[in-house]
Amino acid sequence: MSLKRNILDLRRRKKEAQQGGGEAAIGKQVAMGKKTARERIKAILDENSFHEYDLFVEHTGKDFDMEKKVLHGDGVIIGTGTMYNQPVCIYAQDFTVAGGSLGLMHARKITKIMDHALKMRVPIIGINDSGGARIQEGVNSLAGYGEIFYRNTEASGVIPQLSVILGPCAGGAVYSPALTDFVFVVENISKMFITGPSVIKTVLGEEISMEELGGALVHSEVTGNAHFYALSEDECFEQIKKLISFIPWNNTQKALRFPTQAPTFPISIEDIVPSDPHYPYDIRDIIKAISDSSDFFEVMELFARNIVIGFGRIAGNTVGFVANQPMYLAGVLDCDSSDKAARFVRYCDAFNIPIVTLEDMPGYLPGVDQEHSGVIRHGAKLLYAYSEATVPKVTVIIRKAYGGGYIAMNSRHLGADFVYAWPTAEIAVMGPEGAANIVFRKEIDEAENPAEMRKQKVQEYKDKFANPFVAASKGYIDEVIEPLETRARLIHSLEISEHKVDKRPAKKHGIPPF
Amino acid sequence: MEDNKPKYEVFVVNTAQYYTLLTKKYGMRKKWQPADLNEIRSFIPGTILEVYVKPGQDVHAGDKLLKYEAMKMQTILEMPFAGTVKEVLVTVGDKVRKDQLMIQLEELAE
Repeated sequence: MSLKRNILDLRRRKKEAQQGGGEAAIGKQVAMGKKTARERIKAILDENSFHEYDLFVEHTGKDFDMEKKVLHGDGVIIGTGTMYNQPVCIYAQDFTVAGGSLGLMHARKITKIMDHALKMRVPIIGINDSGGARIQEGVNSLAGYGEIFYRNTEASGVIPQLSVILGPCAGGAVYSPALTDFVFVVENISKMFITGPSVIKTVLGEEISMEELGGALVHSEVTGNAHFYALSEDECFEQIKKLISFIPWNNTQKALRFPTQAPTFPISIEDIVPSDPHYPYDIRDIIKAISDSSDFFEVMELFARNIVIGFGRIAGNTVGFVANQPMYLAGVLDCDSSDKAARFVRYCDAFNIPIVTLEDMPGYLPGVDQEHSGVIRHGAKLLYAYSEATVPKVTVIIRKAYGGGYIAMNSRHLGADFVYAWPTAEIAVMGPEGAANIVFRKEIDEAENPAEMRKQKVQEYKDKFANPFVAASKGYIDEVIEPLETRARLIHSLEISEHKVDKRPAKKHGIPPF
Repeated sequence: MEDNKPKYEVFVVNTAQYYTLLTKKYGMRKKWQPADLNEIRSFIPGTILEVYVKPGQDVHAGDKLLKYEAMKMQTILEMPFAGTVKEVLVTVGDKVRKDQLMIQLEELAE
């Protein structure tokens, strides 16, 4: 007797299960402008590389008539595939099946693929599109979330974890993405919040739309929960592929190496920065002027825009850039920018990515609002992250490096391997205006014309201290360089640091100020 | 993202003036004001269950002002010091936001 009958039966079963929630539900998903879970996986992975597991898993709910319901795959698709011909693990919640709600078996599938990713030391990509906990399964759903969070934490810093929010992600569900390395959101499709608009309306009488409460832009601009913002799912998938090209597969490897490419930025690096330190420019232009192919992949572009973070390549190797942005808030450090940069520094350190810091900042943002928001403990995160990082660390001081900010932006004192300064650098306790007011207070107060005297003293201070040579005379910076030398210096510094060993005392873990 | 000619604002850090753009979140921040002890404000969003005082009433420290439900917990708000009620701005059943003014007390005569 032939196997044909069994094979046909298998095919029929697979076909049925792969339908997910069925045609009507898929129609609704498409009408919302969303792709199906299966389409999303295919769009992210290399062509025809997806292998699925647990297609026939069924839910175990017994209450509220759940036992009569069939939920194909229990609302989530898990599997493995490749990106750039390298293995990755992936899961996608299927909103067409019971709203992608998370029950016990749904969670088991996710934890299965997470365990696999961690054991095999490959990245995991999670696509979130779920109404939340499956209420009918009660505490089993909560258990499921908890087991996912535990694994997110276990895998943190070992394998890259990417969360893609392509639908609602509410209540406890938001915390898995929050524990992962990078969160991707798409305009009009992603919604993240702990308590939704209807609860807020019932309890507080406050009316707010989902989009205004926890839409893609809110999380990209205001909360800092999201790292990449896209206008469409397709754009989002391109961002995922681009990010993956910059990062290593796990914490024992280095990122893929590409051939060296010269920068293509059309403006000379000498012509980007105004010499007057009070005038802004876009620091990303400097990054582009020194990066291979001038290709800079910015992370958290819209949040805390006064600091810029992201990936680029120098001589074919991935580097993480951290740079003050004079274009926004004069490039000050504040709660949000410290938090943003600190986490990125820790990411780079965990995944063997050298850090290049470009510094041009006038100090910390003053104000009651900042002090009361905890700028002390948030600011401390950046000191901690830089001091703790053992990957190669290179700093270039472009213009202003004042006060506590000078220390925080990967100074020699926090363990920078190489510190360079442009001749325009001003390394000082504070800007000339503030310093002159304090140092020469008596002379200014007693002068016949205090305004004139202040101007004179500011100039005096500027001439004496607002330059890189005082710091260079102490060896705090290694060399004052011409802007045009920057890229060559960086290439050499990173080459020299390739086999860097920086041993720290053994400990279980530190206690960073978060 | 930026226009060709962005409109820079003057931004002061340590007495120096910088030309720069402001962020949306920076624009959203609230100006700090010292707390006014004569204003009884809600410290958590909730619902007013009972109001124990009327305008013009003299109250002593420890007197009940309001009963208030928030996050399924009922709390009685008491007078922190002796004074006179000037205005009661909530009634039973009202839903209050965080930091909403509920009772205004008369200024204490020094």
